[in-house]
Amino acid sequence: MRAYTPKNDVQAKSYYSDRFFVKPTLARKAIFNDSILSADCLSLQSKVEVLESYLELDHLVVIVNSEDNVKTISHLKNIRAYDFLVELTAVDYIASRGGFEIVYEMLSTSKRKRIRVKTFILQNDTIETVEPLFRMANWGEREMFDMYGVKVKNHPHLQRILMPHDWHGHPLLKTYPLHGDEAASWYEVDKIFGKEARDIVGPELRDAACVDRYDTERFARLGHEVSKGVDISEGNEPDTPIRYQEEGGVKLFGKRLVTPFDEIETKHLKERK
Amino acid sequence: MAQHKVNYLADGGTPIKLTTVDKIVNFGRSNSLWPMTYGLACCAIEMMAAGGSRFDFDRFGTIFRASPRQSDVIVVAGTLTKKHAEFMRRLYDQMPDPKWVISMGSCANTGGMFNTYATVQGVDRVIPVDIYLPGCAPRPETLQYALMQLQQKIRREPARMAQKAKRLI
Repeated sequence: MRAYTPKNDVQAKSYYSDRFFVKPTLARKAIFNDSILSADCLSLQSKVEVLESYLELDHLVVIVNSEDNVKTISHLKNIRAYDFLVELTAVDYIASRGGFEIVYEMLSTSKRKRIRVKTFILQNDTIETVEPLFRMANWGEREMFDMYGVKVKNHPHLQRILMPHDWHGHPLLKTYPLHGDEAASWYEVDKIFGKEARDIVGPELRDAACVDRYDTERFARLGHEVSKGVDISEGNEPDTPIRYQEEGGVKLFGKRLVTPFDEIETKHLKERK
Repeated sequence: MAQHKVNYLADGGTPIKLTTVDKIVNFGRSNSLWPMTYGLACCAIEMMAAGGSRFDFDRFGTIFRASPRQSDVIVVAGTLTKKHAEFMRRLYDQMPDPKWVISMGSCANTGGMFNTYATVQGVDRVIPVDIYLPGCAPRPETLQYALMQLQQKIRREPARMAQKAKRLI
């Protein structure tokens, strides 16, 4: 959240100079602040080359080389009792560093500690699978491939998991537009009707700021429905009040239900009782 | 043998009602609209509520079916993703004519708040829609109102018009 600033003179000054949220950096502590995690880290250092290690929000974060990922995860699982691979994902740093950061989040249920293993690969590099160690990695790595295009070596079934198999592009890349690229915007039309139907169906209407007076005033109002093809140009709108009695339908208010007013049978009172 | 002259057409005579074929066919169609159980997102909760005993769709002759081959209206209740669009079109094609479509809720109408790469921006890009039902999510009463509108629509048009296959796209 943004830090609070008093806004008494809100008319005079522009307060939101930080329109684009900048993530506050968390304090990093040295690993010896936590005895269990520092023991884990030192044990890991004897096995693989640890590029950097620190504590962040009581997590141990270790950064290792990408070719050491299986060795690291295996050591933490088998020797240091980190028995859960909680999360496996990638972060797109293509613009700034030319590759992806792969993140493995591990949990030890016996020690109640968490370790985050980070590694960096270049955009076209591959990374070895950790699926033999954790079955969870099967889907995690498939998702990573689907969303970022990270290729995983020796994965038993490296297919897309969320997007359809014939999808074009990897949607969580920073370069992928939120509204989808050309292939995405015509995906369902191309697949169901074929490319020649594009002209008939027409492009997607994606302007979120588009306000149509007709849509606003007529569309969502009960009794203001307009049938397709009706001329709705200015001043030409047909009135469609709610008609309870359908034309030619079953009489809702018949003779039996409503007693007709009878002038003769009705008694008139001279005085109010 | 006694000769009776029965005025069949008189009120209180033998129970005969004269009508047209169109009317009697439409009467049957509009009062036994069987929707396909097709919940895609949170709108499905409202659709289920409409089907349950509190709001009670059964009194409209509307009974949810689990097969497209037994149903004649599809209530698209929820967000249609691009991956799923193909399957919905296939299910729609499996429904026997005459068939109708109710697009329920903002997501089915226009894509709603899901202005993203993975969402179909309105089911009318895939199947022809008869009733657009606004709301996010629409209340069960709204779905009932939509169904009544659809019933009226069915009654309004000649029965053979519904028999004609709708536009493909």
